[in-house]
Amino acid sequence: MTSRQETFKKVAEQIEPFNKKQVALTEATSFAGDLEWDSLTVMDFVAAVEDEFDILITMNMQAEIETIGQLVDTIETLRNPA
Amino acid sequence: MTDASQTPDAVALTDVLPNPTPRDLLSKFDGLIAERQALLDTGVRDPFAIVMEEVLSPTLAIIQGRETILLGTYNYMGMTFDPDVVAAGKAALDRFGAGTTGSRVLNGTYQGHRECEDALREFYDMKSAIVFSTGYQANLGVISTLCAKGDYIILDADSHASIYDGCWLGNAEIVRFRHNSVADLDKRLGRLPVEAGKLVVLEGVYSMLGDIAPLKEMVAVAKKHGAMILCDEAHGMGFFGEHGRGVFEEAGVADDIDFVVGTFSKSVGTVGGFCVSNHPKFEVMRLVTRPYVFTASLPPSVVATAAASIRKLMHAGPKREHLWKNSRRLHQGLRDLGYTLGTPTAQSAIIAVMLPDQAITVAMWQGLLERGLYVNMARPPATPAGTFLLRCSLCAEHTDEQVDRILEAFAAAGQATGVLGQP
Repeated sequence: MTSRQETFKKVAEQIEPFNKKQVALTEATSFAGDLEWDSLTVMDFVAAVEDEFDILITMNMQAEIETIGQLVDTIETLRNPA
Repeated sequence: MTDASQTPDAVALTDVLPNPTPRDLLSKFDGLIAERQALLDTGVRDPFAIVMEEVLSPTLAIIQGRETILLGTYNYMGMTFDPDVVAAGKAALDRFGAGTTGSRVLNGTYQGHRECEDALREFYDMKSAIVFSTGYQANLGVISTLCAKGDYIILDADSHASIYDGCWLGNAEIVRFRHNSVADLDKRLGRLPVEAGKLVVLEGVYSMLGDIAPLKEMVAVAKKHGAMILCDEAHGMGFFGEHGRGVFEEAGVADDIDFVVGTFSKSVGTVGGFCVSNHPKFEVMRLVTRPYVFTASLPPSVVATAAASIRKLMHAGPKREHLWKNSRRLHQGLRDLGYTLGTPTAQSAIIAVMLPDQAITVAMWQGLLERGLYVNMARPPATPAGTFLLRCSLCAEHTDEQVDRILEAFAAAGQATGVLGQP
């Protein structure tokens, strides 16, 4: 498994407790549209992801992230800065 | 750029598309409009459209022709009808007129604005005080101006909207930590670049649940990571700490807070906002803070009432004691009735009654109003964790007998709506 696939798997694990509708998770799954998360759920989820990967996803970055794929990309970039 | 001569020659009326259908920008609120209508169709009053027909005192008003006890005004110290405060306002109105019609940095700073800032400096024992036109603008201005691109703002997830909006008005990076969690703050500060500018934004009292921040521990963590600290004492001024300065004074961290933000619209009893600081360069903020520069200053009568009120709040020991007594009595009484409250003990002058959903919350709110008691209804997204609640804020002028009547109203409305079991 590549690093990116591992990251996706870990993100999916973090989503599970908040995935009340049991939506199938793909790269294109969107947090607001598909998972129907409100801002409070997003806050809890982001905090969990930050702690899982020991990173910070600022609110400025969060504003640009709509899908799981975009979140995984962001995590990869934060963990492996150029 | 608005010069008509710059309009391109190529654009002609014939280029306009036939019958363009304008996209209705308000249609994004259709969901909310429908939800509100569905609620009103059940026969309840709109909790967000109350009109105070007359206001008799800090604790009594006429609503829909009925004398109503006010338990949702933030008028903690009951200064709105203080005779000295009202007299100061009237005198200033006569002497200086109805308004300044200008910015603080142009024609809008009168003697009264200076005297109001003097009163604040004395009240807080700080070197600098800047008065803004509202508390919202104080947070908006100070936070957005302190933190520029590349700096970090670290804020509590349950921060007031004015703090969030202050973050978005600037260009800094915004990082949230879990509400009141010292460990979470520590972890997030530890992940930031050591050399970056950092501002930790805290509130003494959080206004939805009425819980207070563990400021001693949070300040220690912020200092450990080299951050500056702003503390909003909107709901703490007047009755926390030896001099009534706020939760930060009571927590013994006054020397470590870089900026204290506050408001005149709660304990002070009028309208306006401020920031006080001992920072030697703080006065420069008057030149660079847009919500200070690009708005009209407070009317002379308002700053005169604020100054008179702040000076009286320096010596308000008995009022403070009575406010705390009221808060503890109401908290105990509501618990005895069987209500679930936002805090295990009375931590501030705000007591939040937690309820399961919107329908029952509105029914309770209306039941209380019909029994002559006004409280605030609060719902997501203003509330933490998606909760519905009725927020009570006590006043030092509530009499013991009024607290009895408040508890009676809560008992009766709770039984009528089924929130409480039958006695």
